[in-house]
Amino acid sequence: MLSEGSSFMKGMALGGIFCLLLSLLGSFTPGMQSSPEDQHHHHHIKAPTNDELQSLSEPQMVELSQKVRVYCVIMVQPKVLVYWATAKDTWGKHCDQAVFYSSESAKALEAVDLNEQDEWAKLHKALKHAYDNSGDLRWFFVARPTTFAIIENLKYLVLAKDPNEPFYIGHTVKSGELEYVEYESGIVLSYEALRRLVNVFKDGEKCPERGRSLWKLSEEKQLAICLKYTGVFAENGEDTQGKGLFNSKSVGSLIEDGMSKNSLDVVEGCCSDLAITFSGMSPNQMQVMMFGVYRLRPYGHNFHDSLIFLPPDGSDND
Amino acid sequence: MELTPNNPHTEENYSISKLHLVHSTITTLKSKLKNRSVAANLSQKVRLLCWIMTGPKNLESRTKHIRATWANRCNKILYMSSVETEFPTVGLNVTEGRDQLYWKTIRAFQYIYQHHRNDYDWVLKADDDTFVVIENLRYTLSKQDPEKPVYFGRRFRPFVHQGYMSGGAGYVLSKEAVRRFIEGFDMAKCTHFSIIEDMALGKCMETMGVEPGDSRDVKGRQTFHPYPPDKYLIKKPPRKRPWFLLYDYYKPREGPECCSDHTVSFHYIYNVQMYMLEYLTYNLRPYGYQYRYNPDSAGTESESNTPTPVSA
Repeated sequence: MLSEGSSFMKGMALGGIFCLLLSLLGSFTPGMQSSPEDQHHHHHIKAPTNDELQSLSEPQMVELSQKVRVYCVIMVQPKVLVYWATAKDTWGKHCDQAVFYSSESAKALEAVDLNEQDEWAKLHKALKHAYDNSGDLRWFFVARPTTFAIIENLKYLVLAKDPNEPFYIGHTVKSGELEYVEYESGIVLSYEALRRLVNVFKDGEKCPERGRSLWKLSEEKQLAICLKYTGVFAENGEDTQGKGLFNSKSVGSLIEDGMSKNSLDVVEGCCSDLAITFSGMSPNQMQVMMFGVYRLRPYGHNFHDSLIFLPPDGSDND
Repeated sequence: MELTPNNPHTEENYSISKLHLVHSTITTLKSKLKNRSVAANLSQKVRLLCWIMTGPKNLESRTKHIRATWANRCNKILYMSSVETEFPTVGLNVTEGRDQLYWKTIRAFQYIYQHHRNDYDWVLKADDDTFVVIENLRYTLSKQDPEKPVYFGRRFRPFVHQGYMSGGAGYVLSKEAVRRFIEGFDMAKCTHFSIIEDMALGKCMETMGVEPGDSRDVKGRQTFHPYPPDKYLIKKPPRKRPWFLLYDYYKPREGPECCSDHTVSFHYIYNVQMYMLEYLTYNLRPYGYQYRYNPDSAGTESESNTPTPVSA
């Protein structure tokens, strides 16, 4: 009896270890031979400088202003209806197309019902839907409605980039070997990146709709892994001075950080003039942001920007 | 420019007229650098002396942040207190306390008239929790004559027949208005009859024949605000006047129409919010965005329900 029991236990132990090993291996990215680009451990993407833009002719500038168009993928949850309504009434209006994706249908919510609770599966489905419905839009911005975005500054950042090249941009975070874009501060994908992603989705092995490793990865990491399979790497969006453009905190929070550090110039040290996202603001604060960003300004400070973006039709708060 | 799924021909919808607008705007964009010469010219033309009503207790917690943000945009800035310090503050012959505010105001104007009479065209009074956009104030004043007896601010209706200006939102007196205020006290036509500083000053203005101006912009939107932006900007269903708008002389608006793009002030603004407003006003902007409101352009789009703009 005892000998049977002990070999049973040994068998269980061995099997358990084997299982553990298998799932561990499964969650490793396969040995991607590091190409020369990989040797640079940190990818950055910077907004164009005025010099770069000055080299463009006027007709080219006009053409570019119209050419960069953004499809916003906004992932909402019915239980926080007010955020959906706020995103729709504030920054969403500045997307060329803003589509809301919901986990379940709700009468009051105008959104694509993904009929899905799993976070990664939701993102997976939403991105596929976006790709299939993008029309001639070539840039994709993925965010939750708790994020506030300034789409014009996003357009400025990717202005000189070709969407037929793969781009995956935002605030990058390193987790071990994996560098991924933080979801909270918004994710930017070029058409080519999305195309490759949708392609690898078909591969149930590399990029399953439901994560199968023992330790569930967050959807932002899962996205990075899938993109990495296709040779697309995360890049940190920065202004010409190297300041991050994608923020996972609110303006107020970032100012507080600056004040507690006793910075000499709190505002200068806070955030970029051309910031693209902030997060963690209440719906009311977002309405104030619309005023602060699109209207409130000092008379006589004129900028000679190289692009023209017109205010959206039928909007009263910008 | 919203695309709808049923409308694939949106590029054609970006009509010829808009393309012309885009092109003509681009052709006027020559300079690479941010152009501040307009603001700089105004600074020479409209000499503004600002004084902040403050006290020893608030220098570290409040006034410091004003000094770090908007104060030095004035042609001259004075911090009025009961004690002279290296902040620097002017020590007036007053004591501290809410009931001393009108005394402080009287002494402050007397000090300014005595020491700086020739240094200004206009004098702004603000609290140590007021955020002011000086360029926008100068713009409003550039259309006015400082030799005239007039003052501007957020006009309130009660207590004084011609109305008076909210103290918290800040008020600005013409050179002549300051002279008459001083004269009023010299000749005992004005007295310290109340501790309510803004109302009492408003009464003296009325007594001395100083006109209360209309500070609203060309679209009838308010520029001086006695509360922070979120008090006014949040869209609300139509309702009767909430308590904080009861004093307003002109019919107030809630929602985006509350406030001018060229807003002059907000009140009850403390440290973090002071820097936040500074960042939103002077730093953060949407690249390439063509603002809707352009008060100088000849054909400003008029809205059917815009009240007739009065001077200023």
